[in-house]
Amino acid sequence: MVKQRAQRGWEWLIERAIQVAGAVAIIFVLMIFVFLLRDALPVFKATTARELLAGKDWLPTAEPPRFGFLPLVLGSLYVTIGALALAMPLGLACAAFISEVAPRWMKEVLKPGVEVLATVPSVVFGFLGLLLVGPWLADVLNLPVGLFAALGSLMLAFMAMPTIVSVSEDAIRSVPAALRENSLALGATQWQTIWRVVLPAARSGIIAGVLLGVGRAIGETMTVLMVTGNAAVIPEGLKGLLRPVRTLTATIAGEMGETVVGSPHYHALFAMGLILFLIAFLTNTIADAAIRRSGRLGR
Amino acid sequence: MRVLPRVTPRISQAIAFALLWMAALMVILPVTALLVVMFVKGRGSLSWSLVTSTEAGGLLAPIVGTTALVTLTAVIVAPVGVAAAIYLSEYARAGRLVRLIRLAIVNLAGVPSVVYGLFGLALFVMLLHFGRCLLAGACTMALLVLPLVITAAEEALRQVPRRLREASFALGATRWQTVRRVVLPNALPGIITGLILSVGRAAGETAPILFTAAFYSLTDPFPKSLFDPIEVLSYRLFVIATEVPRIEEGEKWATAAVLVALVLGLNALAVIARARLRRARRW
Repeated sequence: MVKQRAQRGWEWLIERAIQVAGAVAIIFVLMIFVFLLRDALPVFKATTARELLAGKDWLPTAEPPRFGFLPLVLGSLYVTIGALALAMPLGLACAAFISEVAPRWMKEVLKPGVEVLATVPSVVFGFLGLLLVGPWLADVLNLPVGLFAALGSLMLAFMAMPTIVSVSEDAIRSVPAALRENSLALGATQWQTIWRVVLPAARSGIIAGVLLGVGRAIGETMTVLMVTGNAAVIPEGLKGLLRPVRTLTATIAGEMGETVVGSPHYHALFAMGLILFLIAFLTNTIADAAIRRSGRLGR
Repeated sequence: MRVLPRVTPRISQAIAFALLWMAALMVILPVTALLVVMFVKGRGSLSWSLVTSTEAGGLLAPIVGTTALVTLTAVIVAPVGVAAAIYLSEYARAGRLVRLIRLAIVNLAGVPSVVYGLFGLALFVMLLHFGRCLLAGACTMALLVLPLVITAAEEALRQVPRRLREASFALGATRWQTVRRVVLPNALPGIITGLILSVGRAAGETAPILFTAAFYSLTDPFPKSLFDPIEVLSYRLFVIATEVPRIEEGEKWATAAVLVALVLGLNALAVIARARLRRARRW
């Protein structure tokens, strides 16, 4: 009897611990937000929100320091949009190919192949861009330096493509076979079926895949830090793609090691972290809603 | 008068399929080619003495450091991640809380790795006074792979057939007894696979340990305790590629090759383990 009761007490404890652990993800998301906010807010002692978001100069160590995020935000946008312009059509086409067109043997090579590529560390992509792709492209395009925005876009595209491929492939595969069969029975070719029936039906899931790709590209750090040249200048026009830029992530990674803890510069870097966190939160939440919607359609 | 031949649906299909083929190749081939070049260039300098040397460029210290980091990461994340998965699969009832938890997991998985670095710096290094060290890095890394571990473990738990649980309940076992004696042992292989995958992810990450654990040292590279900074392969690769000029080019390539081999090796291990265990276990 006594032993049994002790056991029940023990069980009660374990089950409460499991319940707490269940909420651990929520707790950590909140904690990350609070800690970023706590170390970001003191930046307003040194500057204003207006200068932070619209200031054109990022000169954190100048006297007096200038904390304009604009060049860095634009740098991030340039690199990310460039990466998406490459990765979105290619990733989507690859996903359609794998699930609708490829012969069986090729499917069995491509799917694990894409998954393997997704595991290559970002520092390795940075390394390859820095030592191999950058110098080669600079040579071909006749550029003075092998470090520029478009190189970051290219390497990021390589990294974002596996994400886009696997999420949109899931979405395309979950389109009910009946839709395809109806279209084919009406005399449509296989391609017409893919283009006018399957892809529109998989829309939500595809959007989710693209959003996750965006999230991954904006938050990517090491690759961008190593290959984009890190010049905090405002990029202009299409030519800006071939000049060095600096992104938010690269600024945090490159400068946090050299700042004094508690200085305005330190807090400004946390403010950038907060911006990145909020962007990721937004893209992921929308993507999650889109995936849930496509799941419902699939049934 | 028509000069161009009419584009019939069949012709447009042929063109479209050709483009899809090309796109698929563009996703796979360039990166594969880059990795092959990397291994070829690295092979010349890759030797047993490089891997076991502690001199400048020698890889022993970062290999030891990486091993320590990912092991500690796994030790920290496993209990929390598995407990969370048990809650989701065995205890929770579908509702608003579970939806919120799932949304949090998705968001945790999407937080940029450098932001994890900032969080680790603020919480573990500064507030808890760990300093820049192995423990702070492992805690940060554990957080980064937590969503991966929860998702994998939950899937493994859900694959255990319902009838095993029902049989256990029918014998009078409580819910926890069922989880502990029936569900967990049967899900263990899948859970371990998930842990190996997340270790592989941790082994390649750099940004989270930049300000929480990593350093580059020629004099005292091995950690003596949890509170010492460590050398890590990924960080070493970053430093020798961007900062330290007096490293032979071949050794840089060799370092990159070792890192990729380690990460791919861990992933291959997980895939093989999964295939094996799936074959051994038929429900």
